[in-house]
Amino acid sequence: MSAPYAKLPAWADYGLIPVVNLVVAFAVAGLVVLLVGENPFRAAAIMVEGAFGGGRNIAYTLYYSTSFIFTGLAVAVAFHGGLFNIGGEGQAYVGGLGVALVCLTFDSVLPWWLTFPLAILGAAAIGAAWAFIPAYLQAKRGSHIVITTIMFNFIAASLMVYLLVGVLKPAGSMAPQTRTFLDGGQLPKLNWLMEAFGFTVRSSPFNISFLLALLCAFLVWLLIWRTKLGYEIRTQGFSPKAARYAGIGEARIIIITMMISGALAGMMALNPVMGDQNRLQLDFVTGAGFVGIAVALMGRSHPAGIVPAAILFGMLYQGGAELAFEMPAISRDMIVIIQGLVILFAGALEHMFRPSVQALFASLSPKSMGVTAARQGDA
Amino acid sequence: MAEAAIELVGINKSFGAVHANRDIHLEIPRGTIHGIIGENGAGKSTLMSILYGFYQADSGEIRVAGRPTSISTPNDAIAAGIGMVHQHFMLVQNFTVLENVILGAEGEALLGSSIAKARAELVRLEKEYGLEVNPNAIIEELPVGLQQRVEILKALYRGAEILILDEPTGVLTPAEADHLFRILAQLKDEGKTIVLITHKLREIMAITDNVSVMRQGQMVATRKTAETTVEELAELMVGRRVLLQVEKGAAKPGEFKLSVKNLTVKDSRGVTMVNDVSFDVRAGEIVGIAGVAGNGQSELLETIAGIRRAESGTVMLDGKPIDVTGLADPGELRDRGLAHVPEDRHYVGLVLPFEEYENSILGYHDHKQYLRGPFLDIEAIRADAREKIEKYDIRPTNERLKTANFSGGNQQKIVLAREMEKDPGVLVVGQPTRGVDVGAIEFIHKRLIDMRDAGKAVLLVSVELDEIRSLSDRILVMFDSRIVGERDSEASEGELGLLMAGVEQQEAAE
Repeated sequence: MSAPYAKLPAWADYGLIPVVNLVVAFAVAGLVVLLVGENPFRAAAIMVEGAFGGGRNIAYTLYYSTSFIFTGLAVAVAFHGGLFNIGGEGQAYVGGLGVALVCLTFDSVLPWWLTFPLAILGAAAIGAAWAFIPAYLQAKRGSHIVITTIMFNFIAASLMVYLLVGVLKPAGSMAPQTRTFLDGGQLPKLNWLMEAFGFTVRSSPFNISFLLALLCAFLVWLLIWRTKLGYEIRTQGFSPKAARYAGIGEARIIIITMMISGALAGMMALNPVMGDQNRLQLDFVTGAGFVGIAVALMGRSHPAGIVPAAILFGMLYQGGAELAFEMPAISRDMIVIIQGLVILFAGALEHMFRPSVQALFASLSPKSMGVTAARQGDA
Repeated sequence: MAEAAIELVGINKSFGAVHANRDIHLEIPRGTIHGIIGENGAGKSTLMSILYGFYQADSGEIRVAGRPTSISTPNDAIAAGIGMVHQHFMLVQNFTVLENVILGAEGEALLGSSIAKARAELVRLEKEYGLEVNPNAIIEELPVGLQQRVEILKALYRGAEILILDEPTGVLTPAEADHLFRILAQLKDEGKTIVLITHKLREIMAITDNVSVMRQGQMVATRKTAETTVEELAELMVGRRVLLQVEKGAAKPGEFKLSVKNLTVKDSRGVTMVNDVSFDVRAGEIVGIAGVAGNGQSELLETIAGIRRAESGTVMLDGKPIDVTGLADPGELRDRGLAHVPEDRHYVGLVLPFEEYENSILGYHDHKQYLRGPFLDIEAIRADAREKIEKYDIRPTNERLKTANFSGGNQQKIVLAREMEKDPGVLVVGQPTRGVDVGAIEFIHKRLIDMRDAGKAVLLVSVELDEIRSLSDRILVMFDSRIVGERDSEASEGELGLLMAGVEQQEAAE
């Protein structure tokens, strides 16, 4: 018998196991809170309250989530092609350059709804170009994509510092950032959406790029599971030898996959740069590229998993910030620990509880386990 | 009957809800060779893994020499005098024979004394059983037959009284296999008990005293070998009557479809795997390439199919060249009517995590009938897959099932259906029945003959000599990267065996 464990029904695979992982992550996080002398239940309450306790809180949570959806999708697309894109951070960072160049050029002449598509193109194009170089090196020279994308994060950071303290900074300004975009370079907020659900929001960064993120999630699903290109990407990802056998050009797939991944990461910049700050600042990505890895892992690289996972991490960001404010004993670093625990249990230890859940299912209902199918197959 | 060396009483083992072994009773008398046969997935390996301590039975009892024995790790098994020779050798490739033999029994921190002791013991074993092998040889420099001998020595060095061999002849030439059988007979004469797991009925008939048949996790019969026949055993394994001999008429070879000239291929380490090979395959014939695994057949097949680059030489398909020294595009070759059933269906021929229907278009996924613009026409693909499932009797009949959940035989049928249904002029097939159950073998062989009779050119590579002999119209033998002989389908096994071992070539060189 080659498969030591029987199959789980889909709802347990995609629903129950992540929830179990999450509960354990929070239980361990609770112990850490206890260790610094705070009440973990109160901390949890503050966190949930901070993330979902009102229109403004929800808007902030979704604002963070928007960035994570983009970077999570970016990592997921690469995963499907068997590539580990650690460079989302850098690709998003230079993507901001694409957004800023478009906005600085057109904000005085075009309305936002014309600037927006151009900014999308700018962000995607520069993000894709930044991913192209590691992809090319992997495809043609065999340089490992993990190493090169990490290095490109540092190169992106240096490049952006150079541009922001020199080229892009308005003359006479002391801040390393571009000038503020005019109305034509500012995305509308989604306050009306919040109001449609009965929340009142006065000021929040929650903007229309959230809808773009959802659209991208759908498009990624379409690409991966419904197009010929997606089929080729998945074949390459599961088995490069099978791809070779099927006549799928390895170099071509690596380069295209990474460029799509880079484009998605680059589009993350729209959210903070054009949607909130309305100027290009230093370090505006603030780790969203790396959170995207956790989001993709937790969402099993499927858009339907990535969106909720991104919202969870948005909650950790927003609720965590409130928690650090309310409980001085819990610093910002503690929030990072909690996020780390979630990543640890949802990502790295994803399969830890699988055998016991499977054993439980097997003893409860043998019929539901796909055993009938296996038996027929033997016959 | 002599005293039992091993008794298994009511062994049960489940994985999840899969009942791999159910209520197994087995008694193996001391000093005999006992064969265990069954199709893939019948539970043979699970049973032996329980006996050797890799798995623990859910219920049941193991008795060694009459005493109930708890075996929960391989160390327990060794302590109980049970040794195992695995199908895939568990040897450290860059260690010497001696170092491998003492591995796991090194003794103290300084190796001096245990090495001296092992050396003396090896000499004794060599004398007693004719197991000659140079103790100082490095494993990776030894031929496969000798590596296997080292595995046997390892078990004997640890005092094994009972030796389990899992598919021991899969990697051996017929001559090496004969030698192994002589060693096993000698071990038996010295009072050792041998359990031989195999799916080759011929071996069972040749050397075992008793044979047990497993089917779907159950022990369905135990026979004295002298009192049974190959036909009966095959029927017991499959549960119905099986045609063991392929029936086919004479070949009617037509025009040249595939011409290979002076082909030379090197592997990634720069070792020449195919050396100046030339041959033709004509329409309406099956050309078989026989040889022990690793003599260049795989590389030859992959080069013709366009997934491996050749150093030099030409391959013509229907009179037009294939760019083998550049890198031919397998997709383009398919369009030109060359279909390829690869040797490794798990990683090459199929993408196991895919649903069945997704694999039914692998390599043909850019054909117009499966596409609507850039999108896959899922409905058309599924309908097409259902048709193939019906035509090739693929079970279960569910195109949405993950491919990994199909049995080996059905997975192979998925590949065959895909490659044959596009009506190719040339079919190159590697190991079509490796890991495939007897029932499916019959089906696959019949389809290959049908292809031939439909006027297709078939190039068959297999390490199963029986398969080559029963299917091929002409047989080419590969040894050490060269084609060392061509015979017709009437050639005797002994004659082919000598060629496969390179005997003729060496004599000619001297």
